[in-house]
Amino acid sequence: MQEKSLSEINERIRDGSARVVTAEEMPNIVDELGPAGAVREVDVVTTGTFGAMCSSGVFLNLGHSDPPIKISRALLNRVEAYGGIAAVDLFLGATQPSEDRGNEYGGAHVMEDLISGKQIEVNVFGVGTDCYPQMELETSLRLEDFNQAMMVNPRNAYQRYNAAINSSDRSMHTYMGTLLPRFGNIHYSGAGVLSPLSNDPNFDYIGVGTRIFLAGAQGYVMGSGTQHNPQNHFGTLMVTGDLKKMSNRFLRAATFHKYGPSLYLGIGIPIPILNEKLARSTAVRDRDITVPVMDYGVARRDRPSLKIVSYEDLKSGMVEINGKEVTTSSLSSFHMAREVAQTLKEQVEKGEFLLSMAVEPLSRMGSSRPMKQTKESPNVGDVMSRDVVSVGEDIDIREAASLIVSGLVDHLPVVSRDGRLAGIITAWDISKAVASGKSSRIGDIMTRRVYCVKSDEPIELAARTFDTHSISAMPVVDRDNKVIGMITSNHLSRLFARRR
Amino acid sequence: MKLMLHVAPGIVRQPLIASVILETKALVNIERASIDAVSGEIVLEVPLDKSKEVMAAFERCGVKVVLLEIPVIRDENECVHCGACVSICPTGTFRFEDWRVVADSGKCIQCGACIVACPQRALNLVTR
Repeated sequence: MQEKSLSEINERIRDGSARVVTAEEMPNIVDELGPAGAVREVDVVTTGTFGAMCSSGVFLNLGHSDPPIKISRALLNRVEAYGGIAAVDLFLGATQPSEDRGNEYGGAHVMEDLISGKQIEVNVFGVGTDCYPQMELETSLRLEDFNQAMMVNPRNAYQRYNAAINSSDRSMHTYMGTLLPRFGNIHYSGAGVLSPLSNDPNFDYIGVGTRIFLAGAQGYVMGSGTQHNPQNHFGTLMVTGDLKKMSNRFLRAATFHKYGPSLYLGIGIPIPILNEKLARSTAVRDRDITVPVMDYGVARRDRPSLKIVSYEDLKSGMVEINGKEVTTSSLSSFHMAREVAQTLKEQVEKGEFLLSMAVEPLSRMGSSRPMKQTKESPNVGDVMSRDVVSVGEDIDIREAASLIVSGLVDHLPVVSRDGRLAGIITAWDISKAVASGKSSRIGDIMTRRVYCVKSDEPIELAARTFDTHSISAMPVVDRDNKVIGMITSNHLSRLFARRR
Repeated sequence: MKLMLHVAPGIVRQPLIASVILETKALVNIERASIDAVSGEIVLEVPLDKSKEVMAAFERCGVKVVLLEIPVIRDENECVHCGACVSICPTGTFRFEDWRVVADSGKCIQCGACIVACPQRALNLVTR
């Protein structure tokens, strides 16, 4: 069994003789030389990933003002930072939207502005104590004006990530980008062959204290990240690094349409080839790393998986789903992931980046359980009305109008002969048809594209549909699209009134 | 080549495209049309050899015609080559080449889907 020590490798890095390759080059080397030969030949394999890492933020220390202030609320370029930590420490989160520009500017943009040398406007509000009498102040600061600006990211560098597709008949704007209706496209994220954790899935090297490339600076792994779930190959890292040393090449603020701000970060980890096990794990290829394609058209936590695909499939640009070729594209940048791995390779070759022994291994077991929800929220089926009057397409508007009046309803679902939902008719539709005098048949004037819900869906989903589409009632359907009830905004407001 | 027609509300009810086709016998393809209360925007694909004639014919009808030479531009400093624009484009304007996103502007019909889909806000439509 070929082995070498980390100090041997660091010695070679210092004298400039270390042999460094990227994780993209390693699989062919191991194929050619075998794991033992690769251990002899290669000292370090550099990895890299560049993508949206929403769970990121930075601790900022402002220094004390005169008179001093104990900050309870802070705005940095109108983006709120958390002030509940001592007097002048703040935590600025990447996804916090601004108060004035909404989603187009957020915490991530403040970070990018700071490392680009821009000045930011700071408004802080105090609580007023004997020791901190100041209540409010305004100032303008640049990155160098902060005592410390330490990035601390709770969850970065996912080992791999679920691909996303949308089965619904409407475009969705998600943190996985724009998902076109009826399986129109697939979006994926992650660097595959270059992914740091996919190159060391058993954490034989990466652990607490491992030195990493974090957006151009040398940072460290603090430990496993939130939702770390390595038993299912969804390991994550919590990382830290000095914002003052980062580069705006590798830290980019982003906005996902109708989702909000996020942060694109470049992270790389050099992995020393200490033994054959590490040679084998860094020989991983895109085809070895698989992910499920999840249906984001289902707005629930447990989204159905439609297919298991590899990063090789995803990167090919086309994946077959239910017999249909679906175009794939990425949200993370493989081009920039390569640049991270390549930059890191050059830094190690030049002796500028030494590898570090972990203080503790990362946990091999993690937890990514669903939220325990102690207050049960009703489902649509609990509040809907079941005595629903539905009509066929062939009745005329006079009949429909009298049903609306006698039933004291505003909406009539229209069903086909076998009871399946075909459309909806409102009192307004009838007024419009009477006014124009064009047709008196319901089938001609009804709305065919009907928003509907299922009875086992939470009322929050119904409320969001009402809100986003400015409607006030929806049919409730079963699995076969048969109408079993109606839910209206009145049901929801009654529920809300009773809760108080 | 692509032409963007700006149709004023006063003439929007006239059969403008049909009359230009009959006059010029050009095989035009309507790639996008959006008409509302205040204006109309139509993108046409026109054969290269007929383009001057078609432009002149529309202008005679009172339509403002803009040649869409570069319909969409990209800020190279902002683009990180993620690919969020690739699969959502209805005409396949963007593709990867060795993992860099390259654009074939000639395919763009200015629908604007990529503008909001770009997380880096690196894409912009050229309107004149």
